Amino acid sequence: MSQSKIKDVLLSPIFANNPIALQVLGICSALAVTSKMQTTVTMAVAVTLVVAFSNAIIAAIRNFIPNSIRIIVQMTVIASLVIVVDQILKAFLPEIAKTLSVFVGLIITNCIVMGRAEAFAMKNDWWTSFLDGIGNGLGYSVLLVCVGIVRELTGAGQLFGIQVLPLATDGGWYVPNGLMLLPPSAFFLIGTFIWILRTFDPSQVEKDS
Amino acid sequence: MKALRQFLDKLHPLFTKGGKFESLYPLYEAGDTFLFTPDEVTEGPSHVRDALDLKRMMITVVAALGPCILMAMWNTGYQANLALAETGQTDVDGWRGAVLSMLHLTPDASCFLSNLVHGALYFIPLFLVTNIAGGLCELIFSIVRKHEINEGFLVTGMLFPLTLPATMPLWQAAIGIMFGVVLGKEVFGGTGKNFLNVALTARAFLYFAYPGNITGDSIWRTVDGVSGATPLGALGSLPSQQASVGMNAITGSVSQGGLGMDWMTAFLGIQPGSMGETSTLACLIGAFILIATGIGSWKIMSGVVLGALGTSSILYLIGSDSNAVFAMPPYWHLVVGGFAFGTVFMATDPVSAAFTSGGKWLYGMLIGFMTILVRVINPAFPEGIMLAILFGNVFAPLIDYFFVQANIKRRLARSNASA
Repeated sequence: MSQSKIKDVLLSPIFANNPIALQVLGICSALAVTSKMQTTVTMAVAVTLVVAFSNAIIAAIRNFIPNSIRIIVQMTVIASLVIVVDQILKAFLPEIAKTLSVFVGLIITNCIVMGRAEAFAMKNDWWTSFLDGIGNGLGYSVLLVCVGIVRELTGAGQLFGIQVLPLATDGGWYVPNGLMLLPPSAFFLIGTFIWILRTFDPSQVEKDS
Repeated sequence: MKALRQFLDKLHPLFTKGGKFESLYPLYEAGDTFLFTPDEVTEGPSHVRDALDLKRMMITVVAALGPCILMAMWNTGYQANLALAETGQTDVDGWRGAVLSMLHLTPDASCFLSNLVHGALYFIPLFLVTNIAGGLCELIFSIVRKHEINEGFLVTGMLFPLTLPATMPLWQAAIGIMFGVVLGKEVFGGTGKNFLNVALTARAFLYFAYPGNITGDSIWRTVDGVSGATPLGALGSLPSQQASVGMNAITGSVSQGGLGMDWMTAFLGIQPGSMGETSTLACLIGAFILIATGIGSWKIMSGVVLGALGTSSILYLIGSDSNAVFAMPPYWHLVVGGFAFGTVFMATDPVSAAFTSGGKWLYGMLIGFMTILVRVINPAFPEGIMLAILFGNVFAPLIDYFFVQANIKRRLARSNASA
């Protein structure tokens, strides 16, 4: 496989073909977990690992999967991986696992995982699929982290739970913006992210129908 | 006047294509058409043109807001002077005090002029900040998108400060209006394409972002530490064990823990609240101007009032042992909070409201219904009209769609029958 193709598979999902900003997949978790950076990063890592390994496993066995039950097989692989991730989080990061609650389990239904398995892993070898999974996971992570930074910083004046902007209630100057801690703010931020992205790359703008 | 025209004509080449300030053309155009009637005439095949253009429409709304603005200034000053008297202060702190003493005015709640000027010193800064911050966003977008500055913002910039409490920090007002203009309007394509009312979008942003500065008991009177509950707030914050107090929380005398307010005082607007919303009378005068000139839809206004009266009557009859707001009679609902202001000036916003004839009734009634539902059932939000109107805005296109489809179906049936 050529060097340029590897690079393309790995890097294009970050901005040029971002799974959230362009394909608008996996929005639900992006709304739910981004109010704190800790949960945001944990979620981003978890999703990246699940996409990468599910892609690799499904690509490795793709020639043995009967076409009529391929979705079920994909789901089984993805679900097993998600359970592994969930158990690891519960064992080593119980606090974060508690705040993430059902959203780790819901990675199973994250459209990005299913979408990449169906659209990419079924047609490519395991190594390319693995890279594609990492790339899409990174695209998901970049957006989540951007939204998370803005939400935690403006909503609570913190980053990773550390007070960055001194709050007015503690004698500082920053008045936290309560809206940013509510899920709807993620809609505005994702929308703004898409807006900025498309200003720099007009080819992503949909044509008028 | 002629000299002004010549001056503008002299500037004109600077702003046209190839001129020095080409990119600032929207600014020049706005100034020019604000001062003079545009001289464009119809070209090609003739069309019927109404003299009612966007600018005249907006100016009419601003005129209709006149009584509300006057009342906003007077009542804000009155409440401020009253609060000062309660705490025994005779001087106003800061720059407002300096201006007042320069005009030889003392904070005296019985002096009309003192109230008016003192209130204006609260209203005008908020008004200016709103217009500068919002206007700047508007200007940037019209330069980038190369279109004219729209008069629509004049009304938004007038409505928005009226919906704020007098103590609103200026920077929050600026952030709010910028959010409203950019995310409520410009991202959807600018004036005429916003499906939400811009002023209310801005207010809703502040309502959820900085709830401590826009709700509660301590923000309505301008003096620190002097609390003054709005009637809805007083009723809504009663704990469930004391729900039997009911309307006495408003009409009871101050010594018994009430607000000592009767229906007429609330109707005239001598009560704490957001600046422009307190006086139902001022809003009624505005409604009269809007309806007489055909700018505001009487169908929407009647729909909202009907919906609110109907819903509140039902809830009043049902009653409740634990929620005091159930005890508010329907005719009280019309004069407290922002109901009148929202009904007259916000719900009738021609861009975000329904436009079919039947749709206007339904849209209005939906807003009235939701307002009372939020007010009475949800103790966390003492005021419901803002959320109800935004809710109605979202449903307006759907309502219109069904009315248009029904109309098409009816006419199809008619033409088929005659064929």
